[in-house]
Amino acid sequence: MRPRRLPLHLAATATIVVCLFPVYWMVTTSFKPNRDIQSESPRLLPQSWTLDHFRRAIDADGFGLFWRNSVLVTLGAVALALIVALGASFAVARMRWRGRRQFMLMVFVAQMAPWESLIIPVYIISRDTDMLDRLPTLTLVYFMMTLPFTIVVLRGFIATIPAELEESAQVDGCTRFGAFRHVAFPLLAPGLMATSLFGYITAWNEFAYANFLIIKQQDHRTLPVWLSSFHNTFGTDWGATMAASTLFALPALVIFLLLQRHVTSGFAAGAVKG
Amino acid sequence: MRRVGRPRADRTPPLTRPHRRPPGPARRATTSGPWPYLLVAPAVLGMLYLLVYPLARTVLISFQDFGLRQLILGDAHFVGLDNYTTLLSDPRFWTVVRRTFLFMAINVVLIMGISTLVALMAERLGRRWRTAVLSALVLTWAMPVVAATTVFQWLFHSEFGIVNHTLTGLGFSSFDGYPWLAHGPAAFTILVALVVWQSVPFAAITLYSALTTVPSELYEAARIDGASGVRIFRSITLPIVRPIFMLVLSLEVIWTFKAFVQIWVMTQGGPGDATTILPVYAVQTALAGQRYDLGSAASMVTVLLMSGVLVAYFRQMFRQEAER
Repeated sequence: MRPRRLPLHLAATATIVVCLFPVYWMVTTSFKPNRDIQSESPRLLPQSWTLDHFRRAIDADGFGLFWRNSVLVTLGAVALALIVALGASFAVARMRWRGRRQFMLMVFVAQMAPWESLIIPVYIISRDTDMLDRLPTLTLVYFMMTLPFTIVVLRGFIATIPAELEESAQVDGCTRFGAFRHVAFPLLAPGLMATSLFGYITAWNEFAYANFLIIKQQDHRTLPVWLSSFHNTFGTDWGATMAASTLFALPALVIFLLLQRHVTSGFAAGAVKG
Repeated sequence: MRRVGRPRADRTPPLTRPHRRPPGPARRATTSGPWPYLLVAPAVLGMLYLLVYPLARTVLISFQDFGLRQLILGDAHFVGLDNYTTLLSDPRFWTVVRRTFLFMAINVVLIMGISTLVALMAERLGRRWRTAVLSALVLTWAMPVVAATTVFQWLFHSEFGIVNHTLTGLGFSSFDGYPWLAHGPAAFTILVALVVWQSVPFAAITLYSALTTVPSELYEAARIDGASGVRIFRSITLPIVRPIFMLVLSLEVIWTFKAFVQIWVMTQGGPGDATTILPVYAVQTALAGQRYDLGSAASMVTVLLMSGVLVAYFRQMFRQEAER
């Protein structure tokens, strides 16, 4: 058996290397002193380690502020999407009502919304309602970007929980929503986790709207915009740019690695049933 | 990875709130009253205000004379199909459309091919190897787009980039100081590499999880009947995996058609026009050229072109719905 599995393991090694090399190169570059970065013979490991690049990235204008903005916008959007989607997917999965099919159709269509095409009208609407340059605008847009997917996945999860479980709880004296909260909600944890991760990465990542809707109030920029402008200002400073990229990517990388199993299986369930 | 994280129904739920009230008439799922509408209302209102309304505004602007002056004064008037005529008679626009389809096709073929191979590989691996591969995929997936784009710029840096260094080291001396982003085809290639690298994880993981849903008894039975590996793949694996394969395919078509951030951050459509695809073209026209009307018209054409793809997607969706 052994020799036959060798090609398989070689392919697996190649996959891992191709996947991880850019991430690895980003992290190690951010620890290398400048003479190693601008060297004729790049090394896989830093000869000596330095934190200078991180210091420069953190000391750059408004770094803490942009982190705070990104966290606020992301958490706000994810929480809003979860609450709204939970109600909607419960109604779709558990109740029979006129317009249910049409609603799901609308959700499927909304999933493919051409967001890049809507920047101009969203800009105009935000300006006319005095919402330009404000973080809540971004929160609302990101909420909307993640909502359809969240509804689809949560509906799939709720549908797998037998309604009889809740009905027996209702027979035991729970209200309908009490039954949902105490019986179905705990079973929904993997779905909630998968969808909130999806929302998290969408909102944490989003660049176009953050770039075009936050114009005058530079203090309200988010990390992706900051990173791209940082990179332009410090164009030749690749150490600081890679340190900044690392600081920006780190939360996503850590969370996804910790929840690796749940991410894959949660998405799988959503995709298979969605 | 074996355990699928969906809720297991066989577990007895904890009944934390027992017998507080006498059991009323158990409401069945069929009688719902106003509740479903109240539950769905926030989602519907959100979609109407944040999605449908902006979309309607885009359509409106695309039929108006709408530049910087109209944006500030709000005195836009209708010009009928003028914007569309201007747009469709611009040869540059058609080059961009062709390039968009080329970009999409190359990306999607590579993404689906590589993802299928990775998924098949992951299924055959032992537990440890599989966990390693899936973890690597998830990490790639979690890499924020702007960060990944910046890293690719660094990898392909003309002087200090590891790619040029490696290629030179391998004997391709013409790559010594090769300015990737200054050459159209080279910049296009880098963007394809970046988009493929970012998209394979989602596709591979989804396809892999689809493969795991194939009951192993079917494989055993087929093997006992003496079916070959190719035959097993064609007769058992493919029919079960096909709906999800189609789903992922349609999603990747849509996503690569709309690729914007990578291009905007890395090249802004340059050098020249070499990496300008439709979404980039629309934003360039609207925001840099301050022709919001032409930008909106370009967006609408993008949406229409994509609808062709969406039709396939919906047919897939409805087939799944019907099976439920």
